[in-house]
Amino acid sequence: MRLVTVAGPPSSGKTAVTIKAIASLHREGVRVGVVKFDSLSTQDQSLYEKQGIAVTTGLSGNLCPDHFFVSNASDCLSWGKELGFDLLVIESAGLCNRCAPHIQGVLAVCVIDNLSGVDTPKKIGPMLKMADVVVVTKGDIVSQAEREVFAHRVRQVNTSAVILHVNGLTGQGGHELGRLLLDAPETTDLEGKLLRFSMPAALCSYCLGQRRIGSDYQMGNVKKMDFPKGEPCTP
Amino acid sequence: MADLLRQMPCAADFFTTLGLAIPPAEQSPAAYFVSLDAELLEDLGLEREGLEERFFAFIGLLESLQAGRSNALIESITILGGHDKSGRPEEFDLTIRPGEIVSIVGPTGSGKSRFLADIEWLAQGDTPTGRSVLINGELPDPGLRFSIDRKLVAQLSQNMNFVMDLSAEEFVTMHAESRMIEDPPGVTRTIIDLANELAGERFSPQTPVTALSGGQSRALMIADTSCLSTSPIVLIDEIENAGIDRKRAVRTLVDRNKIVLMATHDPILALMGDRRLVFKNGGISTVITTSPAERANLVRFEEMDARLNAVRHALRNGEMIEDI
Repeated sequence: MRLVTVAGPPSSGKTAVTIKAIASLHREGVRVGVVKFDSLSTQDQSLYEKQGIAVTTGLSGNLCPDHFFVSNASDCLSWGKELGFDLLVIESAGLCNRCAPHIQGVLAVCVIDNLSGVDTPKKIGPMLKMADVVVVTKGDIVSQAEREVFAHRVRQVNTSAVILHVNGLTGQGGHELGRLLLDAPETTDLEGKLLRFSMPAALCSYCLGQRRIGSDYQMGNVKKMDFPKGEPCTP
Repeated sequence: MADLLRQMPCAADFFTTLGLAIPPAEQSPAAYFVSLDAELLEDLGLEREGLEERFFAFIGLLESLQAGRSNALIESITILGGHDKSGRPEEFDLTIRPGEIVSIVGPTGSGKSRFLADIEWLAQGDTPTGRSVLINGELPDPGLRFSIDRKLVAQLSQNMNFVMDLSAEEFVTMHAESRMIEDPPGVTRTIIDLANELAGERFSPQTPVTALSGGQSRALMIADTSCLSTSPIVLIDEIENAGIDRKRAVRTLVDRNKIVLMATHDPILALMGDRRLVFKNGGISTVITTSPAERANLVRFEEMDARLNAVRHALRNGEMIEDI
């Protein structure tokens, strides 16, 4: 079975472009399944179902959804193999720009949108910088110049990825994305595979449910800011 | 490092976009990457291995961007017919050259977008329409499919907007810089002047792009695309209501040796085309060559248009519209 991870910031269009790509693959008789990760609740399950796409959802509750994803990645693969898919797409929750759910040897897709602004590619971590395919969405509502500058900025931070424009509403580019997904390498087992980059580190007292503020209540992996020195304001 | 940055000042962007400090002049890139603090790299979401490779890939990208300007231009694009939604074969082979205008007509859902996507993707019988695209009469290099700096199609349509919070001048300069052209301020002036000629109402270089009227935005987009976009094909989708000199706008693009594809039902624009493609049921049903009689009618449509414009102008000036 081929495996793909799809990640991207919130509302960038991950689900919409995945649906368009799968619709095109369905027409060719490719059997595709989706695992959608989210934190509290998700409507995406029903969006996939409406299109007749086999889908299951993993809700992480009060755990970091990306840590939750990695803990369940092997089980996702087993589910996909059991149901006999040709291609399994794992869609991340997409909550923070630093997260890195991509796996070595598994096709990594990052979805970002033109509306997020031209400085966004700089602000996104390994999720974008280490992706194999970068899908740029919402190009139909910004000017040609902005699209070109945006794609250039993506290219600056990820020189090797394939950059593809897909319109999640009309499906333009969806067929082409489908072709790229089908080129994903076969994955038979994830045991022992490596993430492309470490997840943001955690484990401080707040991870364990602490709610009180103050240094007495902070334990574990705690990091402090540096503030600039300066003269106090004169009254 | 100092030599490299002198030859290629833009190479510094590699470090700034990743959040790294510019390496000291005497250090080689390799030595610099070795010297970086592990914790800093972790915080920035970077891995030491691969940084050097990425740096040289970045330099390669800059070199290809600079070289791209002098690259041989596309002389022709040929589209070999496929089939429509019912599998009926399209009986046409269409070759379009720079400076030509081709109109695209047909109802919504008739396959106009798919046609453009086929060109953009350089279809080789592997899209739902089964069409193939040739560049200069030959099979294109597959690498061209994903090359963002050699993208074939630039798109301009009615629902596009500027979303950046910049003045017109800053905006165009930023685009010029990303193209790595030699004289960004000069090109910026040219583009803003051209946009002002196309727009009905003038705007200044300091006007924020988000404050431009619909017509001014469209004019700036067309001027910018004609001067700065490297894409040889420009797709124009419905600019009929834009309140700009649309005939002149299309001429501007053709004069810059672009291939202009126009999805439009505006008679003045549609008849400007040398040919028009009629779409039905996902395929091209006919290719019509604009006849001399149609061209003659174009003159009459232009007269009607000029009269309507005069009325619009009079309305704007608060005049009575009684004698027409």
